[in-house]
Amino acid sequence: MSIEALRETLPLRALPEPDNASRHYWQSAAEGRLVIQRCTSCGVHQFYPRAMCVSCGGDTEWVEASGRGTLHTFTIIRQNRSPAFAALSPYAVGIVELDEGVRMMSNIVECDEEQLEVGMALEVLLLQAADDVGLPFWRPAGG
Amino acid sequence: MGSRDPVIVGIGWSDYPVAPKLDSKDHHVLAFRRALADCGIEKSEIDGYLCASGFSQNVDDAANMAEYLQINHRWIDGTSVGGSSFEFFVQHAAAAIKARQCDVVLVTYGSDMLSRVGRMLGTSTFSTAGTRVPGASQYENCWGNVLAGGYAMAARRHMHEFGTTPEQLAEIAVGVREFAGLNPLAQYRDPITVDDVLNSRMIADPLHKLDCCVISDGGGAFIMTTKERARDLAKPPVYILGAAGAQTHWTISQMPDFTTTAAAQCGPEALGQAGVRPEDVDTIQIYDSFTITVLMLLEDMGFCKKGEGGQFVETGVLRRGGAQPLNTDGGGLSACHPGMRGIFLINEAVRQLRGEGGEAQVPGCEVAVACGSGGYLSCIGTVVLGKEGRS
Repeated sequence: MSIEALRETLPLRALPEPDNASRHYWQSAAEGRLVIQRCTSCGVHQFYPRAMCVSCGGDTEWVEASGRGTLHTFTIIRQNRSPAFAALSPYAVGIVELDEGVRMMSNIVECDEEQLEVGMALEVLLLQAADDVGLPFWRPAGG
Repeated sequence: MGSRDPVIVGIGWSDYPVAPKLDSKDHHVLAFRRALADCGIEKSEIDGYLCASGFSQNVDDAANMAEYLQINHRWIDGTSVGGSSFEFFVQHAAAAIKARQCDVVLVTYGSDMLSRVGRMLGTSTFSTAGTRVPGASQYENCWGNVLAGGYAMAARRHMHEFGTTPEQLAEIAVGVREFAGLNPLAQYRDPITVDDVLNSRMIADPLHKLDCCVISDGGGAFIMTTKERARDLAKPPVYILGAAGAQTHWTISQMPDFTTTAAAQCGPEALGQAGVRPEDVDTIQIYDSFTITVLMLLEDMGFCKKGEGGQFVETGVLRRGGAQPLNTDGGGLSACHPGMRGIFLINEAVRQLRGEGGEAQVPGCEVAVACGSGGYLSCIGTVVLGKEGRS
C-alpha cells in the first residue's frame, strides 16, 4: 500500500482521545516527532505515557525516540466486523520493540505478508491524522 | 480443617448455546433458581453476592443485580476482570466466609450476547470511524486490532520462541470437541480432526476459526457456604482447596512477556495452598478462549515446562480417557462462550467432583483445577477444588 493510499485510510480509523498524559505524545506525532517518556529519577523509558514513572513513581520527561525498532510479534487481521476496518482487511498488526526498550502496537506497512518476520528491523512512519493526532506506523528499515 | 471451610453447594446453568427469548437478566434468574434448587438452600439465607459487569455495564452489575434479585447482602463484590472474574470471586468469597463476613454467597452470570450482539466479540474493533477512543484503548484501536489478534500475537511469539506448531494448537480444539460430542447442549458436536482445524478459515494468523471459541448465549450460578452449613443440604459439598489471582497487564500491547501469563504466579500459589502437585489433578478446566490460551495456562500452572506445552498436549493426557481430561463440557471452543466463560469452569469442575459427569465423567475424580483468563491473557485466576477437604 502506498503512503497516499495509507493516508486515505486515516479517516476510517477510530482516533485516540488525547488526555493529560498523552496529549504531548499525539501532538508531537502530528508534528512529525516520535516522543516517549523517560524517568528523571531512575532513567527508565516507558510507553504508553502516564502521569508518573511506573517503575519508581518518579517524574518523567519527554525525549525524542530514535524511530527504530524490531518486530516483537505480529498477526494478520483477516476479519474485522467493524465497517471501518473491514474494507482494509487483510492488514498486519504488530508489537514493535523500540530501540529504547519500550513496545507499542502499530500497523506494519510497506511490507508484503511473506516478508513479515519476528525480529525484523523497522523504522517509524509518522502520518498526521488530525490537528492534534499523528499516528506512528512502522515499515521495514531502509525501505 | 474447620467448620467454616468454604465449599460450593449449589450449581446451575441457564439455557445455552442459543436462547433468543431470554435477555441477560433472564439468564441470571434461570441459573440462580436452578442453583437454589440444586442445593435446597433458602433464598433468604443468602447474605453475600458477587456479580461482574459484562458488556451491559450499568445494567447487570453487582448493585443492579442485587436489587433485581433482591439479595439482602451484608457482603458484596463486583470485581470485573473479564472472563476470569468468577475464579477471583471464589478467592474473595472463600476469604469472606472464613472471616465470618457472610455465610451463604451467591454468584450469578447471564449473557444474551449471541442473540443481542451477534458474533462481534472476537473479530470487531468496537469503535467506529470518526469517534475518539479514551483510556488505554487509545493506543490500540486506531490500528484495527481485534480480540483474536491479541491472542494471535501471543501464539506467534510462542511459535517463534519454542517452535510450537499449528498442529499442536489444533490438537487442543480436537480434544475439547470430543467432549462437546457428549454434551447435548454444546453448540458444535461433530468430531473434528487436526486437518479440519488447519483447513478452517484463517481469522488472525496463526489462529484459524477452529482455534477460536464460539459465541453463544448462556448463564450460570453457584452458591458457596461453610462446611458446617453444607451438612444437611441436597448434594455433597465441593471444597475450595486453593484460590489465587494475579494480573500482568490489561491491554495486549502492555503484556510484559508474550509467552507467559500471571498463571505462572497464581497457579503455583493456588496449588500450593491446596497441597496438590500438578500431576495430582484429575481434571483441568481452562478458559479456552483460543487454543493458545490453554497451552500457555497449562505451562504457566506447571502441568509441563515452559515451551513444552505443544508436546504435552500431543501426549493425549488431556483427551477423554487420558490422565487429566480438559474441558469436559466441551469448553468455549465447542460448547458455549457467552462473553465471560469463567463461571462454567467452576460449575463443570463441581459436576465432575460430584460424579455427575455422565458420559463425560472422569473416573475417580477427586481434585479439579479451574483456571480463568480475563482480558487479553491479562487477569488470571486459578481455583483448586476437591471432593474432600484438606486434612
